[in-house]
Amino acid sequence: MVDAALEALSTAGGRSRRSTLRKAMERKSTIAFLMTLPLIALVALLVLYPALYSIHLATLNKSMERFVGFSNFLFLFKRETFWMVVRQSCIFAITAVIFKALIGFIVAHFVHNIPSRGQRKWRGMLLVPWVIPPAMSCLAWLWLFDPSYSAFNWILDKFSIDPISWTGDAYWARFCVILVNVWIGAPFFMIMYLAALKSVPEQLYEAAMIDGANWWQRMWYVTLPMMRNIMAITALFSLIVTFANFDIVRILTAGGPIDRTHVFATWAFWIGIQGNDIPLGASVSLFMVPILAVAAVFILRNIHRRASEMS
Amino acid sequence: MTAALLTTAASPARERKYGSISRDRRWALRWSYFFLTLFAIFFLMPPLYMLITSLKTSAEISAATNPWWVYHPTLSNYIELLGSSQYLTFFRNSALVSVIVVGVTMLISVPAAFALSRMRFWGSAMLATGVFLTYLIPETLLFIPLFKMFALINEYTDIQLINRWWVLLLLYPTLTVPFCTWIMIGYFASIPKELDEAAVMDGANYRQILTRVFIPVALPGLIAATIFAFTVSWAQFLYPLAFTTSADQLVLPVGIVTTLIKGDVFNWGQIMTGALLGAAPPLIIYAFLMDYYIAGLTAGATKG
Repeated sequence: MVDAALEALSTAGGRSRRSTLRKAMERKSTIAFLMTLPLIALVALLVLYPALYSIHLATLNKSMERFVGFSNFLFLFKRETFWMVVRQSCIFAITAVIFKALIGFIVAHFVHNIPSRGQRKWRGMLLVPWVIPPAMSCLAWLWLFDPSYSAFNWILDKFSIDPISWTGDAYWARFCVILVNVWIGAPFFMIMYLAALKSVPEQLYEAAMIDGANWWQRMWYVTLPMMRNIMAITALFSLIVTFANFDIVRILTAGGPIDRTHVFATWAFWIGIQGNDIPLGASVSLFMVPILAVAAVFILRNIHRRASEMS
Repeated sequence: MTAALLTTAASPARERKYGSISRDRRWALRWSYFFLTLFAIFFLMPPLYMLITSLKTSAEISAATNPWWVYHPTLSNYIELLGSSQYLTFFRNSALVSVIVVGVTMLISVPAAFALSRMRFWGSAMLATGVFLTYLIPETLLFIPLFKMFALINEYTDIQLINRWWVLLLLYPTLTVPFCTWIMIGYFASIPKELDEAAVMDGANYRQILTRVFIPVALPGLIAATIFAFTVSWAQFLYPLAFTTSADQLVLPVGIVTTLIKGDVFNWGQIMTGALLGAAPPLIIYAFLMDYYIAGLTAGATKG
């Protein structure tokens, strides 16, 4: 309607004076296209092209002179480290997302429980891990885990428990990496779930209570169905981000001890940039695509459904 | 209100029932505060520990005293770090990159969001979805091909991009623009159509509608997007680590990780001071603009 009005105005303005070119320039779709052109250029040149280029790179040999087809992938399949990285990435992402969601859900309920005057203060305090740049907070964690001056081992020592080699032992190192990821990501879930909790109409709970529903039934039949959408989309977002995570593993363990904490991103960096084998690094990072694509499809479906519900 | 409803429903035992519910409520509140305190300790422990360590001398750090307490607080780490030209270079690089990227991001994403939310044209719906999909492509997938691309550009045109801090000006918008465009589409779409119709009636053209109506009305969204772009650029770690190596080209996160660790010697007092100062700008912005920050966080998934 606006467009019609504008076009009417511009054509009424001076039909005879304007050349065809200027008319074309003033057409709505041309203006709109020009406004989105920088965005299109950026996405095409620096996102889509590199994404496709990495597929091409993955089919070259190490010196990037010869086309070798799938042999990079076949080479990876034969390496035990590769399968370890696959397993570790999945364990890392899935465990971390589950615990983030769980802790976020619990904390959101506690914040929602207290009088609304104090909620802002608590919410502000609890979101701090998400605000600090991950590289900085990982350094703090690295120092907390330090082998000789570990602040955690000092506490354990007070309870006469033997010191733990936090980042030196494979299992503890995996635990640490997941712990730090949960620490960074749980506040985000908390904020999303809190927003979702606030959007549940109070009348539903009142109606449920009149019907004699207990706490569990209210949770199961009112809260969870109302929050389902946000919970799903937050978890999917987080799954993508966690699966592609780089900073935490890189700073805390750099993949060690003996590759026991490498995930796709850090291993691809290790091979591609530090090991100077760009094609192999590209093939490693391409293995992230399937799981990212699946998550993206689900997110898009969710968004489209919501868009059609709204209109 | 619910308590009142329940007590009238159970009128015979009104007094007792009412008392028990409010007692339950009080206990629930106490437990909430108790657990919230526990979680707050867990969430705030690392930044506090940064602060504790940053106030210690190296001698106190290596002494086997209580690591959770400062016996001889000193500001020497801060003085030393703020006096070192290297650290100030990192800070300057970070600030320059972040501020320019925020500007570029806004210049690209606000007009694009306006066009995509109000001016339907061929392919606009597909483009909006495409922008969102781009946001889902992580940087860990792109850094290797981008690295190779820039190396090739250097080979053919002699333009040196790798190991220059301004290469980050090309890279960071790929992280910020899609998301900022996406949330701005959401904010613009929520502006009632009557507003721009009124502006058209008053004879405004598209540029005027955008600058006089949309930007002022969607200012909260704009602030949220700006904060997002700034924090993402400030915190980014992978791109500078892969693309810059000389000490004078590094940005803060990478600079701290790579230069303050000399060989196997960790000067933890300085590292923690550097990390705390590096975390300060986002934390300060967050402290003052918390509501915008949170609005931006939730907008990504709830708008659209």
